[in-house]
Amino acid sequence: MQALPVTAFTATTALGHGNAAQWSALSNQRSGLAPNDFTDEPLATHIGCVADLDTPLDGHFAEYDCRNNRLAERALAADGFADAVAGACARYGADRVALAVGTSTASIGETEDGYRDLDENGHFRPDRRRPIVHTPHSLGRFVAERLGLGGPQTTIATACSSSAKVFAQAARLIRLDLADAVVVGGVDSLCASVLFGFNALGLVAPEPCQPFDRARAGISIGEAGGFALVERGGAGPQLSGYGESSDAHHMSSPHPEGLGARIAIESALARAGLTASDIGHANLHGTATPANDSVEAALVASMFPATLAAASTKSATGHTLGAAGIIEAVFALLALERSVAIGTIGLTDPDPLCGPQIRAANEARPFNHVLSTSFGFGGNNAALVFSRAGAT
Amino acid sequence: MSRLPALEIQGEGFFAKTHEIAVDGVPALAALLQSGHASGGVGKPIASVLEPAERRRAPISVALALHVAAEACAAAGADPKSLPAVFASTHGDLGITEYMCEVMATAPRDLSPTKFHNSVHNAAAGYWTIGTGSMHAATALSAFDCTFAAGLLEAAAQAIDGNEPVLLVCYDIEGSGALGEITGSVGLVGYATVLAPCIAQSPAARAALTLSRQSGAANPVPAPTPLAPFRANAMWDAVVFAAARLQPTVPGRRGGLLLPLTPDSSLKVEWT
Repeated sequence: MQALPVTAFTATTALGHGNAAQWSALSNQRSGLAPNDFTDEPLATHIGCVADLDTPLDGHFAEYDCRNNRLAERALAADGFADAVAGACARYGADRVALAVGTSTASIGETEDGYRDLDENGHFRPDRRRPIVHTPHSLGRFVAERLGLGGPQTTIATACSSSAKVFAQAARLIRLDLADAVVVGGVDSLCASVLFGFNALGLVAPEPCQPFDRARAGISIGEAGGFALVERGGAGPQLSGYGESSDAHHMSSPHPEGLGARIAIESALARAGLTASDIGHANLHGTATPANDSVEAALVASMFPATLAAASTKSATGHTLGAAGIIEAVFALLALERSVAIGTIGLTDPDPLCGPQIRAANEARPFNHVLSTSFGFGGNNAALVFSRAGAT
Repeated sequence: MSRLPALEIQGEGFFAKTHEIAVDGVPALAALLQSGHASGGVGKPIASVLEPAERRRAPISVALALHVAAEACAAAGADPKSLPAVFASTHGDLGITEYMCEVMATAPRDLSPTKFHNSVHNAAAGYWTIGTGSMHAATALSAFDCTFAAGLLEAAAQAIDGNEPVLLVCYDIEGSGALGEITGSVGLVGYATVLAPCIAQSPAARAALTLSRQSGAANPVPAPTPLAPFRANAMWDAVVFAAARLQPTVPGRRGGLLLPLTPDSSLKVEWT
């Protein structure tokens, strides 16, 4: 495909606010996970919590107020991202700038709060009767309005692949001349349903997660917000390929041979006009569940040469679910920019299925192409390839 | 405003139900529009692509989506395994969302793991790919009160960009309790279509359409009286679209149909 420049990008996670905070933590292998103090009912696990989300959205945006949209607001304020979008709107016209954001939680935390505080007749109290937050497109509608975007706007909610698939959607919109620039991204926030939901499935680890480690015991849940601006032209690293597929296997376990994941990765490489050996670094899905990591480690070992430096950053931020795609895309872009292949915090005893690709330590080395993988419930898979400008 | 290349509708599925009336299938919708009467039967959406045990346990939103998806594929003569899919729902499964919030407010540890993995917005998409064995890409989206047009545009974009047929499945169900009051969606509406880039001279070319964006919000489309019971469902735009395609004399068909795409723009659908 014709590679498209990613002219701006930003991430806000448990590691801090904005790209400098992310890189400071990642380059020093510092995790943002901490013991769960989010739920009223105790649940022994570690979470990746974003600090300082207590300021409500006000004025014109008060109707959108909820933790998820406050996190979106926070994320948009970092790295001059909102200004970059304003520049695109000025250049192309606001109706030519589209939006595709991913989420799995949306603002369900706000709906949960409503149910904890029903009136004596079982209705939401007046200040909670805001339809735009009790629906999946809460995030998308808020961000579009906040940034003054007039192009097509959608929320993709395909669990953990959501904010990776938005890059594919952006590429199509630009190719078909439906937009000249697309704001992509994703935001997911901590809420009881997600913590207790994954706990009910037996997928939550009590201690900080250890992706690809023999001792791994499940996920640490995190919240995060991230955005990127994909444009028809301009300077920056490039979205050079993407692939999407389905496992057709099970709602909450991956295909045992990683067939769907393989299809998505191969499709991304093909679109980028690359082979597996062209990829220097990969940010893997690496959730630290026994199943995902076995499948993904074996798949990487079979598809890529030993020279690939691959890792999971979920032990840094937690599994940020609907935001994982964008956060890990931003991490891949930061790694590309700074010529450092990020390693896996907490990996001390690699699972025997891991090949030489999966690394614990960071590695300073230049590379031209980076892969990011995201696999969600329902067997929904996405893979992205980003390349240094001029390298494809 | 940009106009996409022409598309053709290769097959469709339809199911709609309220307390008063049930319409199961595109022929039943056509009959309703002709005669003003529903053809009777209480009709229940069935996820026929799932194994019997899964089929019985399927949430109503999944049954609804898979029911119309199957009808569309059969009408198109398309193998479900061969199609990328776009699933679009304004609110997803309101019943499961309500359940999760009620359990979180009372006994969080009692949350059903099955209901949790069924709460993802792409549950219908997931079950469809599992039931049919399709390893093609599937997406699940929402755009609030513009969801149908957003889904139609995304499916069209995928069809043209990939030069292949794409399955679009749109659905919304009824809410209940406090959340039901806020979302206000009544009854069940499901609509599916297999969309493909238009091949001139193909037999399906009579079901060809072009899509373009138009600035300005869409005015509500008047619709035939027999469809009035479905107006309160969040996926009403799909009913309008399905009916407009079937009946040339339905208001809004001549000169194109305008559907809300964003708060300030519309998707113009013109039949060619």
